[in-house]
Amino acid sequence: MNSRNNNVKALVFFLGPAMLAIFVFFCIPVLSAFVISFTDFDIYSLGNFSNARFIGLRNYTQLFEDPLFWIALRNTFFFVILAGPLSVAVSLFSALLLNAKLVKFKGIFRLTYFMPVVTTLIAVAIVWRFIYHPRFGLLNYLLSFIHINPVDWLGNPFWAMPAIVLMSVWKNFGYNMIIFIAGLNNIPSDLYEAATIEGASWWQQFRSITLPMLAPTTLFISLITMIGYFQLFAEPYIMTQGGPLNKTLSIVQYLYQEGFRWWNMGYSAAIAFVLFFIIFLGSVIQTLVQKKLKHA
Amino acid sequence: MKKVLLYLFLSLSGILTIAPFVWMISASFMADGHASVYPPRFFPDESTLIQYQILFTRLNALSNFFNSLILSVLVTAVSLLFNSMAGYAFAKFRFSGKDKLFTILLSSMIIPAQVTMLPLFLMLKYMGFINTYMAIVIPGLANIFGIFMIRQYAISIPDSLLESARIDGATDFQIYWKIILPLCKPILVTLALFTFLGTWNDFLWPLIVLTDNSMYTLPVALANLMGEHTKDPELMMAGSVVTIIPVVIVFLSLQKYYLKGIMMGGVKE
Repeated sequence: MNSRNNNVKALVFFLGPAMLAIFVFFCIPVLSAFVISFTDFDIYSLGNFSNARFIGLRNYTQLFEDPLFWIALRNTFFFVILAGPLSVAVSLFSALLLNAKLVKFKGIFRLTYFMPVVTTLIAVAIVWRFIYHPRFGLLNYLLSFIHINPVDWLGNPFWAMPAIVLMSVWKNFGYNMIIFIAGLNNIPSDLYEAATIEGASWWQQFRSITLPMLAPTTLFISLITMIGYFQLFAEPYIMTQGGPLNKTLSIVQYLYQEGFRWWNMGYSAAIAFVLFFIIFLGSVIQTLVQKKLKHA
Repeated sequence: MKKVLLYLFLSLSGILTIAPFVWMISASFMADGHASVYPPRFFPDESTLIQYQILFTRLNALSNFFNSLILSVLVTAVSLLFNSMAGYAFAKFRFSGKDKLFTILLSSMIIPAQVTMLPLFLMLKYMGFINTYMAIVIPGLANIFGIFMIRQYAISIPDSLLESARIDGATDFQIYWKIILPLCKPILVTLALFTFLGTWNDFLWPLIVLTDNSMYTLPVALANLMGEHTKDPELMMAGSVVTIIPVVIVFLSLQKYYLKGIMMGGVKE
């Protein structure tokens, strides 16, 4: 009995602090956000919470009639659909190159490609803002060598989002590359040896050994990349402020503006839950698609 | 031939990856207006420290630097303690509902941070912590991912080791402090790195809860500066260098742990 009491005491001592912190500063906020999303919590409720009233689903119905929300939704999907696969492809490609047997100095190359990952997003977004400068920017200078006329990347409604995509791929590909390298190293080398003996080409080996063996890694990478990209915020905040013509306004940026600029917290909480729902749905769909592919 | 092409491609990609940093550093040593030239220069024509001088005297970036440093160290230390204790409990304690609790915690990781931001802000405002260090430290006290990493690592420590220590009369705390922690050192270093860099680089949450320039962390101060000095690339680059250099130094000195950590389970930034 005594030892049982001691066990409970030890459990409370070791698990208690973290669980309490997670409960109070994570679980309660999630539930409160859900409740707030059904109220008209606004700047008047900020001073006195009792000013907020329940309005049922009105925030959600209003959201679906809000043209700016649809623009933010479309922009974010455009970003995820363009940057997600591109990031994964560049990561896989660089991992394959670095894993090639001929390459020496792997460590140096790996470190170089990884550098953008650790650096502060805000700082590099500022750097890229000047790289995209229409007159003095590095990108237009490089493109002048292949006779492409200067483009106002961030000021042009068509190019602003692709410019943010390019910067994001540059910033993130090193991260997934490292996971891919680990995945490639886990593939037993005798598979390749057997295939080589049977005369399979590099492409055949890639399609019938590398890709299927990497499937779990690819699913994991696709998921974390997608979840991260749906939360796009800092890049447009620094580089375009959502412009030009709202072409780079993202969901999180809209949520931030509604919640913390105009203090429409009920409305903002509804946006947060729509975002959560989209991410959840996206994860389920990707996992199902991957399973289907595996059995096909 | 194939080899030459491969190296050529790898080096070219490497140069392109690094080019933004080279330009950033070079522009930060230029006088006003010298970075706005065509073609862009990768070396300053005459280097000057004037931008750094402005940053640290007129703009008081030193206090932003210390805010970032103190907060990153504080969050790292506290969360490491909380997470390692809980990770140990999940790895080695037996109690009913343990697996269920752990699964619930793991699946809740899919909830994006933006969901909790609004109520958390209201809570901290009610507690009077807005625009204080506490507003950053409190939400970082414990995190599920950290608990998960430590639990995965600690679970492989043999029970017989803990059992024999217990027979020798060691208390639970002594076992945690003298056996678990030293054996978990690699994962603790990895986690410390993730947390330190994550806190240093974080933007959205500090932007929301820090409201005064003297409390800003470097990224928030930099974003704020960007609004006022859009036409000063040289000054902005100096600010970017000051923000980036510490994380690069920390990363380079402990890169082995960082890369291993990513390979172990992958992390979300």
